[in-house]
Amino acid sequence: MSEGSLTVGVLALQGAFDVHAAMLKQLGAHAQLIRRPEQLGGLDGLILPGGESTTFLKHLERDGFFETLAAFVRTKPTFGTCAGCILLARDVERPAQRSFGVLDVTVERNAYGRQIDSTILLTPTSIAGGPLEMVFIRAPKITRTGPEVDILASRAEAPVLVEQGHLMAATFHPELSTDTRIHQHFLDLVSRYKLQ
Amino acid sequence: MAEHTSNGHFNSSGLRLKTGLAEMLKGGVIMDVVDVAQARIAERAGATAVMALERVPAQIRAQGGVARMSHPRMIREIIDTVSIPVMAKARIGHFAEAQVLQVLGVDFIDESEVLTPADETYHIDKHAFTTPFVCGARDLGEALRRIAEGAAMIRTKGEAGTGDVVHAVRHMRQIVREMRSLTVLGEEELYNAAKEFRAPYELVRMVAKSGKLPVPNFSAGGIATPADAALVRQLGAEAVFVGSGIFMSDSYTFAEPEEAEIRARAIVRASTHFDDPRILAACSEECQGAMKGLAAAVLDEKELLQTRGW
Repeated sequence: MSEGSLTVGVLALQGAFDVHAAMLKQLGAHAQLIRRPEQLGGLDGLILPGGESTTFLKHLERDGFFETLAAFVRTKPTFGTCAGCILLARDVERPAQRSFGVLDVTVERNAYGRQIDSTILLTPTSIAGGPLEMVFIRAPKITRTGPEVDILASRAEAPVLVEQGHLMAATFHPELSTDTRIHQHFLDLVSRYKLQ
Repeated sequence: MAEHTSNGHFNSSGLRLKTGLAEMLKGGVIMDVVDVAQARIAERAGATAVMALERVPAQIRAQGGVARMSHPRMIREIIDTVSIPVMAKARIGHFAEAQVLQVLGVDFIDESEVLTPADETYHIDKHAFTTPFVCGARDLGEALRRIAEGAAMIRTKGEAGTGDVVHAVRHMRQIVREMRSLTVLGEEELYNAAKEFRAPYELVRMVAKSGKLPVPNFSAGGIATPADAALVRQLGAEAVFVGSGIFMSDSYTFAEPEEAEIRARAIVRASTHFDDPRILAACSEECQGAMKGLAAAVLDEKELLQTRGW
Protein backbone atom coordinates (compact mmCIF):
# COMPACT_ATOMS: atom_id res chain seq x y z
CA MET A 1 0.00 0.00 0.00
CA SER A 2 1.39 3.44 -0.85
CA GLU A 3 1.70 6.13 1.80
CA GLY A 4 -0.57 8.34 -0.32
CA SER A 5 -3.60 6.39 0.83
CA LEU A 6 -2.76 6.76 4.53
CA THR A 7 -4.31 9.47 6.68
CA VAL A 8 -2.38 10.11 9.85
CA GLY A 9 -3.50 12.55 12.52
CA VAL A 10 -1.18 14.69 14.64
CA LEU A 11 -2.56 15.78 18.00
CA ALA A 12 -2.27 19.58 17.69
CA LEU A 13 -3.33 20.86 21.10
CA GLN A 14 0.13 22.28 21.62
CA GLY A 15 3.78 21.43 20.92
CA ALA A 16 5.76 20.19 17.93
CA PHE A 17 2.81 19.17 15.74
CA ASP A 18 3.86 21.25 12.69
CA VAL A 19 7.19 19.50 12.24
CA HIS A 20 5.58 16.04 12.55
CA ALA A 21 2.95 16.97 9.96
CA ALA A 22 5.64 18.27 7.60
CA MET A 23 7.57 15.01 7.89
CA LEU A 24 4.45 12.89 7.24
CA LYS A 25 3.72 14.96 4.12
CA GLN A 26 7.32 14.61 2.98
CA LEU A 27 6.83 10.83 3.13
CA GLY A 28 3.64 11.05 1.08
CA ALA A 29 0.99 10.54 3.79
CA HIS A 30 -1.99 12.83 4.44
CA ALA A 31 -1.43 14.66 7.72
CA GLN A 32 -4.38 16.00 9.70
CA LEU A 33 -4.12 18.27 12.73
CA ILE A 34 -6.39 17.02 15.51
CA ARG A 35 -7.78 19.45 18.09
CA ARG A 36 -11.21 18.00 18.90
CA PRO A 37 -12.38 14.45 19.70
CA GLU A 38 -14.72 14.16 16.72
CA GLN A 39 -11.75 14.66 14.35
CA LEU A 40 -10.32 11.24 15.28
CA GLY A 41 -12.77 9.37 13.02
CA GLY A 42 -11.34 8.15 9.72
CA LEU A 43 -7.68 8.23 10.77
CA ASP A 44 -5.40 5.29 9.97
CA GLY A 45 -2.92 6.31 12.65
CA LEU A 46 -2.02 9.08 15.05
CA ILE A 47 1.07 10.88 16.32
CA LEU A 48 1.13 12.29 19.84
CA PRO A 49 3.88 14.94 19.58
CA GLY A 50 6.27 16.50 22.05
CA GLY A 51 5.16 19.48 24.09
CA GLU A 52 4.06 19.72 27.70
CA SER A 53 2.14 16.63 28.82
CA THR A 54 0.47 18.58 31.67
CA THR A 55 -0.90 21.04 29.07
CA PHE A 56 -2.15 18.18 26.86
CA LEU A 57 -4.00 16.64 29.83
CA LYS A 58 -5.64 19.97 30.64
CA HIS A 59 -7.08 20.15 27.10
CA LEU A 60 -8.06 16.47 27.12
CA GLU A 61 -10.14 16.93 30.29
CA ARG A 62 -12.89 18.54 28.24
CA ASP A 63 -15.66 17.09 26.10
CA GLY A 64 -14.70 13.47 26.83
CA PHE A 65 -11.55 13.90 24.71
CA PHE A 66 -9.42 11.81 27.07
CA GLU A 67 -11.81 8.83 26.91
CA THR A 68 -12.23 9.05 23.12
CA LEU A 69 -8.48 9.22 22.62
CA ALA A 70 -7.89 6.40 25.12
CA ALA A 71 -10.23 4.18 23.08
CA PHE A 72 -8.41 5.18 19.86
CA VAL A 73 -4.92 4.32 21.10
CA ARG A 74 -6.09 0.93 22.40
CA THR A 75 -6.63 -0.33 18.85
CA LYS A 76 -5.23 2.12 16.27
CA PRO A 77 -1.54 2.64 15.37
CA THR A 78 -0.19 5.46 17.50
CA PHE A 79 3.30 6.93 17.82
CA GLY A 80 4.12 9.04 20.89
CA THR A 81 7.25 11.21 21.04
CA CYS A 82 8.50 12.73 24.31
CA ALA A 83 5.30 14.08 25.95
CA GLY A 84 3.37 11.70 23.67
CA CYS A 85 5.37 8.77 25.04
CA ILE A 86 4.43 9.89 28.56
CA LEU A 87 0.73 9.87 27.60
CA LEU A 88 0.92 6.30 26.25
CA ALA A 89 2.85 4.86 29.22
CA ARG A 90 1.33 2.51 31.77
CA ASP A 91 3.05 4.31 34.65
CA VAL A 92 4.31 7.90 34.91
CA GLU A 93 6.64 9.02 37.68
CA ARG A 94 8.11 12.27 39.03
CA PRO A 95 5.44 13.45 39.34
CA ALA A 96 2.83 10.73 38.79
CA GLN A 97 0.13 11.77 36.36
CA ARG A 98 -2.76 10.40 34.38
CA SER A 99 -2.00 8.50 31.16
CA PHE A 100 -3.65 6.12 28.68
CA GLY A 101 -1.70 3.20 30.15
CA VAL A 102 -1.55 1.20 26.90
CA LEU A 103 2.22 0.97 26.43
CA ASP A 104 3.73 -1.35 29.02
CA VAL A 105 6.53 0.93 30.21
CA THR A 106 7.28 3.13 33.20
CA VAL A 107 8.36 6.68 32.30
CA GLU A 108 10.09 9.19 34.53
CA ARG A 109 9.48 12.80 33.46
CA ASN A 110 12.37 15.23 32.81
CA ALA A 111 14.70 12.46 34.01
CA TYR A 112 17.74 13.66 32.06
CA GLY A 113 17.61 17.12 33.63
CA ARG A 114 16.65 20.58 32.44
CA GLN A 115 17.12 22.30 29.04
CA ILE A 116 20.82 22.82 29.74
CA ASP A 117 21.15 19.00 29.79
CA SER A 118 19.35 18.59 26.44
CA THR A 119 21.58 16.92 23.86
CA ILE A 120 21.88 15.44 20.37
CA LEU A 121 23.33 11.91 20.15
CA LEU A 122 24.16 9.55 17.32
CA THR A 123 22.97 6.15 18.54
CA PRO A 124 22.79 2.62 17.10
CA THR A 125 19.34 1.22 16.31
CA SER A 126 17.88 -2.05 15.08
CA ILE A 127 16.16 -0.07 12.29
CA ALA A 128 18.16 -0.61 9.08
CA GLY A 129 20.43 2.14 7.80
CA GLY A 130 22.96 2.73 10.55
CA PRO A 131 22.97 4.91 13.68
CA LEU A 132 20.18 7.44 14.24
CA GLU A 133 20.50 11.08 15.21
CA MET A 134 18.47 11.58 18.38
CA VAL A 135 17.45 15.02 19.65
CA PHE A 136 16.71 14.87 23.38
CA ILE A 137 14.95 17.93 24.84
CA ARG A 138 14.08 17.86 28.54
CA ALA A 139 13.55 14.20 27.81
CA PRO A 140 11.68 11.62 29.86
CA LYS A 141 13.33 8.27 30.62
CA ILE A 142 11.86 4.81 30.16
CA THR A 143 12.84 3.03 33.38
CA ARG A 144 10.94 -0.25 32.87
CA THR A 145 9.62 -2.17 29.86
CA GLY A 146 7.14 -5.06 29.91
CA PRO A 147 7.69 -8.40 28.10
CA GLU A 148 5.64 -7.36 25.03
CA VAL A 149 7.80 -4.29 24.36
CA ASP A 150 10.50 -4.39 21.66
CA ILE A 151 13.43 -2.05 22.21
CA LEU A 152 14.64 -0.49 18.93
CA ALA A 153 17.28 1.82 20.44
CA SER A 154 18.74 2.70 23.84
CA ARG A 155 20.70 5.52 25.45
CA ALA A 156 23.13 4.06 27.96
CA GLU A 157 20.93 1.33 29.50
CA ALA A 158 17.59 3.10 29.04
CA PRO A 159 15.33 2.32 26.04
CA VAL A 160 14.61 5.45 23.94
CA LEU A 161 12.70 3.95 20.98
CA VAL A 162 10.21 1.13 21.59
CA GLU A 163 7.45 -0.74 19.80
CA GLN A 164 4.57 -2.83 21.17
CA GLY A 165 2.06 -4.18 18.64
CA HIS A 166 0.32 -1.16 17.11
CA LEU A 167 2.18 1.33 19.34
CA MET A 168 5.52 3.13 18.97
CA ALA A 169 7.18 5.56 21.33
CA ALA A 170 10.36 7.64 21.43
CA THR A 171 11.71 9.73 24.29
CA PHE A 172 13.55 11.91 21.75
CA HIS A 173 12.37 13.98 18.77
CA PRO A 174 12.73 12.29 15.36
CA GLU A 175 10.69 15.15 13.87
CA LEU A 176 13.58 17.55 14.60
CA SER A 177 16.08 15.53 12.53
CA THR A 178 16.28 15.22 8.76
CA ASP A 179 16.42 11.40 9.00
CA THR A 180 12.95 10.10 8.08
CA ARG A 181 13.48 6.43 8.96
CA ILE A 182 11.48 6.45 12.18
CA HIS A 183 8.45 8.12 10.61
CA GLN A 184 8.74 5.67 7.70
CA HIS A 185 8.86 2.80 10.19
CA PHE A 186 5.65 4.12 11.76
CA LEU A 187 3.95 4.55 8.36
CA ASP A 188 4.86 0.93 7.54
CA LEU A 189 3.18 -0.10 10.78
CA VAL A 190 0.10 2.00 9.97
CA SER A 191 0.01 0.42 6.52
CA ARG A 192 0.16 -3.13 7.93
CA TYR A 193 -2.69 -2.42 10.35
CA LYS A 194 -4.82 -0.88 7.63
CA LEU A 195 -4.51 -4.03 5.51
CA GLN A 196 -5.55 -6.31 8.37
CA MET B 1 32.25 35.72 29.74
CA ALA B 2 30.82 32.25 29.34
CA GLU B 3 32.88 29.94 27.18
CA HIS B 4 32.16 30.25 23.47
CA THR B 5 30.68 26.98 22.33
CA SER B 6 30.59 25.87 18.71
CA ASN B 7 26.91 26.75 18.37
CA GLY B 8 27.40 30.05 16.60
CA HIS B 9 26.21 28.79 13.23
CA PHE B 10 22.68 28.35 12.06
CA ASN B 11 21.58 24.70 12.05
CA SER B 12 24.41 23.83 14.42
CA SER B 13 23.42 21.26 17.04
CA GLY B 14 23.41 23.89 19.78
CA LEU B 15 20.94 26.15 18.02
CA ARG B 16 18.79 23.18 17.00
CA LEU B 17 18.41 22.18 20.64
CA LYS B 18 17.48 25.75 21.52
CA THR B 19 14.89 26.20 18.78
CA GLY B 20 13.76 22.63 19.51
CA LEU B 21 12.55 23.66 22.96
CA ALA B 22 10.80 26.65 21.36
CA GLU B 23 9.02 24.18 19.01
CA MET B 24 7.73 22.31 22.09
CA LEU B 25 6.15 25.53 23.38
CA LYS B 26 4.21 26.29 20.18
CA GLY B 27 0.47 26.71 20.44
CA GLY B 28 0.69 27.28 24.18
CA VAL B 29 0.69 30.07 26.73
CA ILE B 30 3.71 31.20 28.76
CA MET B 31 2.62 32.96 31.93
CA ASP B 32 4.38 35.53 34.13
CA VAL B 33 4.36 34.48 37.79
CA VAL B 34 5.76 36.26 40.84
CA ASP B 35 5.69 33.42 43.37
CA VAL B 36 5.27 29.68 43.89
CA ALA B 37 1.50 29.96 44.41
CA GLN B 38 1.03 31.64 41.02
CA ALA B 39 3.37 29.12 39.37
CA ARG B 40 1.17 26.30 40.66
CA ILE B 41 -1.95 28.01 39.34
CA ALA B 42 -0.30 28.52 35.94
CA GLU B 43 0.75 24.87 35.67
CA ARG B 44 -2.68 23.69 36.78
CA ALA B 45 -4.33 25.93 34.18
CA GLY B 46 -2.25 24.38 31.38
CA ALA B 47 0.61 26.88 30.87
CA THR B 48 3.44 25.45 28.75
CA ALA B 49 6.01 27.42 30.75
CA VAL B 50 6.21 30.07 33.44
CA MET B 51 8.27 33.26 33.48
CA ALA B 52 9.60 33.84 37.00
CA LEU B 53 9.49 37.57 37.78
CA GLU B 54 9.69 39.65 40.94
CA ARG B 55 7.10 42.10 39.64
CA VAL B 56 4.83 41.73 36.63
CA PRO B 57 5.16 44.49 34.00
CA ALA B 58 2.04 46.32 35.21
CA GLN B 59 3.60 46.64 38.68
CA ILE B 60 6.99 47.66 37.29
CA ARG B 61 5.26 50.36 35.28
CA ALA B 62 3.21 51.57 38.24
CA GLN B 63 5.92 51.40 40.91
CA GLY B 64 8.92 52.57 38.89
CA GLY B 65 12.50 52.06 40.09
CA VAL B 66 15.15 49.87 38.47
CA ALA B 67 13.77 46.53 37.35
CA ARG B 68 16.38 43.76 37.54
CA MET B 69 16.72 39.98 37.26
CA SER B 70 14.59 38.19 39.88
CA HIS B 71 16.13 36.93 43.09
CA PRO B 72 17.80 33.52 42.53
CA ARG B 73 16.08 32.03 45.57
CA MET B 74 12.67 32.86 44.15
CA ILE B 75 13.62 31.38 40.76
CA ARG B 76 14.94 28.23 42.43
CA GLU B 77 11.73 27.79 44.42
CA ILE B 78 9.67 27.99 41.24
CA ILE B 79 11.99 25.54 39.45
CA ASP B 80 11.51 23.14 42.36
CA THR B 81 7.72 23.56 42.29
CA VAL B 82 6.63 23.02 38.69
CA SER B 83 7.42 20.31 36.12
CA ILE B 84 7.02 22.64 33.11
CA PRO B 85 9.91 24.78 31.76
CA VAL B 86 10.85 27.88 33.76
CA MET B 87 11.96 31.09 32.07
CA ALA B 88 13.43 34.21 33.65
CA LYS B 89 14.38 37.67 32.46
CA ALA B 90 17.79 39.32 32.24
CA ARG B 91 18.30 43.01 31.50
CA ILE B 92 19.23 43.95 27.92
CA GLY B 93 23.02 43.55 27.60
CA HIS B 94 23.43 42.20 31.15
CA PHE B 95 25.34 39.03 30.35
CA ALA B 96 26.31 38.52 33.98
CA GLU B 97 22.64 38.22 34.97
CA ALA B 98 22.26 35.74 32.11
CA GLN B 99 25.24 33.75 33.42
CA VAL B 100 23.52 33.53 36.81
CA LEU B 101 20.26 32.39 35.22
CA GLN B 102 22.05 29.70 33.21
CA VAL B 103 23.73 28.34 36.34
CA LEU B 104 20.35 28.29 38.13
CA GLY B 105 19.07 25.93 35.42
CA VAL B 106 16.50 28.27 33.90
CA ASP B 107 15.21 26.69 30.64
CA PHE B 108 14.88 29.91 28.60
CA ILE B 109 16.31 33.39 29.25
CA ASP B 110 14.29 36.42 28.14
CA GLU B 111 16.60 39.34 27.38
CA SER B 112 13.79 41.73 28.07
CA GLU B 113 12.90 45.37 27.53
CA VAL B 114 10.54 45.05 30.50
CA LEU B 115 13.58 45.26 32.78
CA THR B 116 15.75 48.38 32.89
CA PRO B 117 18.43 48.05 30.16
CA ALA B 118 22.01 47.52 31.34
CA ASP B 119 23.71 48.39 28.05
CA GLU B 120 22.79 51.19 25.67
CA THR B 121 24.53 49.70 22.63
CA TYR B 122 25.04 45.96 22.93
CA HIS B 123 22.71 43.07 23.49
CA ILE B 124 23.97 39.84 25.05
CA ASP B 125 26.03 37.54 22.80
CA LYS B 126 23.54 34.73 23.11
CA HIS B 127 25.68 32.24 21.16
CA ALA B 128 27.98 32.18 24.17
CA PHE B 129 25.31 30.41 26.25
CA THR B 130 23.95 26.86 26.31
CA THR B 131 20.59 28.10 27.61
CA PRO B 132 18.31 29.37 24.82
CA PHE B 133 17.23 33.02 24.67
CA VAL B 134 14.02 34.75 23.63
CA CYS B 135 14.13 38.43 22.64
CA GLY B 136 11.52 41.04 21.83
CA ALA B 137 11.17 42.72 18.44
CA ARG B 138 8.96 45.38 16.90
CA ASP B 139 9.97 44.83 13.29
CA LEU B 140 11.80 42.36 11.08
CA GLY B 141 15.16 44.10 11.26
CA GLU B 142 15.14 44.02 15.06
CA ALA B 143 14.06 40.35 15.03
CA LEU B 144 16.88 39.38 12.66
CA ARG B 145 19.49 41.33 14.64
CA ARG B 146 18.47 39.38 17.75
CA ILE B 147 18.57 36.08 15.82
CA ALA B 148 22.05 36.99 14.53
CA GLU B 149 23.12 37.42 18.18
CA GLY B 150 21.78 33.92 18.91
CA ALA B 151 18.12 34.30 19.97
CA ALA B 152 16.27 30.98 19.53
CA MET B 153 12.82 32.54 19.74
CA ILE B 154 11.38 35.95 18.92
CA ARG B 155 8.40 37.50 20.63
CA THR B 156 6.82 40.64 19.32
CA LYS B 157 7.12 43.23 22.07
CA GLY B 158 3.70 44.84 22.23
CA GLU B 159 3.52 47.17 25.20
CA ALA B 160 3.97 45.11 28.36
CA GLY B 161 1.88 45.74 31.44
CA THR B 162 -0.90 47.66 29.72
CA GLY B 163 -3.51 45.00 29.01
CA ASP B 164 -3.90 46.84 25.69
CA VAL B 165 -3.30 44.56 22.72
CA VAL B 166 -2.89 47.32 20.12
CA HIS B 167 0.92 47.31 20.05
CA ALA B 168 1.16 43.52 20.00
CA VAL B 169 -1.03 43.66 16.90
CA ARG B 170 1.00 46.46 15.34
CA HIS B 171 4.29 44.60 15.81
CA MET B 172 2.99 41.26 14.58
CA ARG B 173 1.46 42.88 11.49
CA GLN B 174 4.69 44.80 10.86
CA ILE B 175 6.88 41.69 10.97
CA VAL B 176 4.50 39.59 8.87
CA ARG B 177 4.18 42.39 6.29
CA GLU B 178 7.95 42.83 6.05
CA MET B 179 8.53 39.09 5.70
CA ARG B 180 5.95 38.93 2.92
CA SER B 181 7.57 41.88 1.14
CA LEU B 182 10.91 40.04 1.07
CA THR B 183 9.48 36.97 -0.66
CA VAL B 184 8.80 38.91 -3.89
CA LEU B 185 12.25 40.50 -4.18
CA GLY B 186 14.82 39.38 -6.73
CA GLU B 187 18.17 37.93 -5.56
CA GLU B 188 19.98 41.15 -6.44
CA GLU B 189 17.53 43.22 -4.36
CA LEU B 190 18.19 41.27 -1.16
CA TYR B 191 21.55 42.95 -0.50
CA ASN B 192 19.89 46.32 -0.34
CA ALA B 193 17.03 44.88 1.75
CA ALA B 194 19.62 43.67 4.27
CA LYS B 195 21.05 47.18 4.39
CA GLU B 196 17.61 48.73 4.92
CA PHE B 197 16.62 46.24 7.60
CA ARG B 198 20.04 46.64 9.24
CA ALA B 199 20.21 42.85 9.42
CA PRO B 200 22.66 40.20 8.17
CA TYR B 201 22.22 39.33 4.49
CA GLU B 202 22.18 35.55 5.14
CA LEU B 203 19.21 35.85 7.52
CA VAL B 204 17.37 38.22 5.17
CA ARG B 205 17.85 35.67 2.39
CA MET B 206 16.50 32.84 4.60
CA VAL B 207 13.34 34.85 5.30
CA ALA B 208 12.97 35.74 1.60
CA LYS B 209 13.09 32.03 0.69
CA SER B 210 10.77 30.69 3.42
CA GLY B 211 8.50 33.66 4.15
CA LYS B 212 8.96 33.15 7.86
CA LEU B 213 11.50 33.68 10.62
CA PRO B 214 14.18 31.00 11.01
CA VAL B 215 13.12 30.63 14.69
CA PRO B 216 9.63 30.39 16.26
CA ASN B 217 7.76 33.69 16.46
CA PHE B 218 5.59 34.28 19.53
CA SER B 219 3.57 37.30 20.68
CA ALA B 220 3.66 39.29 23.92
CA GLY B 221 2.78 42.63 25.46
CA GLY B 222 -0.80 43.54 26.33
CA ILE B 223 -2.63 40.25 25.77
CA ALA B 224 -5.38 40.16 28.43
CA THR B 225 -8.34 38.10 27.17
CA PRO B 226 -8.99 34.82 25.31
CA ALA B 227 -9.99 36.84 22.24
CA ASP B 228 -6.70 38.81 22.41
CA ALA B 229 -4.78 35.52 22.36
CA ALA B 230 -6.83 34.28 19.40
CA LEU B 231 -6.29 37.58 17.57
CA VAL B 232 -2.50 37.49 17.71
CA ARG B 233 -2.49 33.76 16.91
CA GLN B 234 -4.59 34.41 13.79
CA LEU B 235 -2.20 37.21 12.82
CA GLY B 236 0.69 34.73 12.84
CA ALA B 237 1.92 34.30 16.43
CA GLU B 238 2.85 30.67 17.08
CA ALA B 239 2.25 30.98 20.84
CA VAL B 240 1.57 33.74 23.37
CA PHE B 241 3.14 35.23 26.47
CA VAL B 242 0.65 36.59 28.99
CA GLY B 243 2.00 38.71 31.81
CA SER B 244 -0.05 41.06 33.88
CA GLY B 245 -3.27 40.02 32.14
CA ILE B 246 -3.82 36.88 34.17
CA PHE B 247 -2.89 37.65 37.74
CA MET B 248 -3.64 41.39 37.95
CA SER B 249 -6.96 43.22 38.39
CA ASP B 250 -5.32 46.55 37.77
CA SER B 251 -1.76 47.88 37.98
CA TYR B 252 -1.64 47.54 41.78
CA THR B 253 -3.99 44.74 42.80
CA PHE B 254 -3.73 41.02 42.24
CA ALA B 255 -6.86 39.24 41.05
CA GLU B 256 -8.41 36.58 43.30
CA PRO B 257 -6.56 33.27 42.68
CA GLU B 258 -9.76 31.51 41.54
CA GLU B 259 -10.49 34.29 39.08
CA ALA B 260 -6.89 34.24 37.79
CA GLU B 261 -7.03 30.47 37.29
CA ILE B 262 -10.26 30.69 35.30
CA ARG B 263 -8.72 33.40 33.10
CA ALA B 264 -5.51 31.42 32.66
CA ARG B 265 -7.44 28.30 31.68
CA ALA B 266 -9.60 30.21 29.19
CA ILE B 267 -6.58 31.87 27.53
CA VAL B 268 -4.83 28.47 27.23
CA ARG B 269 -7.88 27.04 25.49
CA ALA B 270 -8.22 30.09 23.24
CA SER B 271 -4.59 29.83 22.12
CA THR B 272 -5.12 26.23 20.96
CA HIS B 273 -8.53 26.80 19.36
CA PHE B 274 -7.63 30.25 18.00
CA ASP B 275 -9.43 29.65 14.70
CA ASP B 276 -12.64 28.18 16.14
CA PRO B 277 -15.00 31.06 17.06
CA ARG B 278 -17.50 28.78 18.83
CA ILE B 279 -14.89 27.55 21.30
CA LEU B 280 -13.60 31.13 21.62
CA ALA B 281 -17.08 32.29 22.57
CA ALA B 282 -17.23 29.60 25.26
CA CYS B 283 -13.76 30.56 26.62
CA SER B 284 -14.71 34.23 26.68
CA GLU B 285 -17.93 33.45 28.51
CA GLU B 286 -16.06 31.56 31.25
CA CYS B 287 -13.92 34.59 32.12
CA GLN B 288 -15.05 37.00 34.78
CA GLY B 289 -13.78 40.28 33.41
CA ALA B 290 -10.19 41.13 32.55
CA MET B 291 -7.42 43.33 33.84
CA LYS B 292 -8.57 46.97 33.88
CA GLY B 293 -5.58 47.97 31.80
CA LEU B 294 -3.99 51.11 30.58
CA ALA B 295 -4.70 52.41 27.08
CA ALA B 296 -1.32 52.38 25.33
CA ALA B 297 -2.30 55.50 23.38
CA VAL B 298 -2.20 57.69 26.50
CA LEU B 299 1.37 56.69 27.37
CA ASP B 300 4.14 59.20 26.73
CA GLU B 301 6.94 58.12 24.41
CA LYS B 302 9.34 57.96 27.36
CA GLU B 303 6.98 55.64 29.26
CA LEU B 304 7.07 53.02 26.51
CA LEU B 305 9.03 49.85 27.28
CA GLN B 306 9.08 48.71 23.64
CA THR B 307 11.57 51.37 22.51
CA ARG B 308 14.29 49.70 24.61
CA GLY B 309 16.51 47.46 22.48
CA TRP B 310 18.74 48.42 19.59
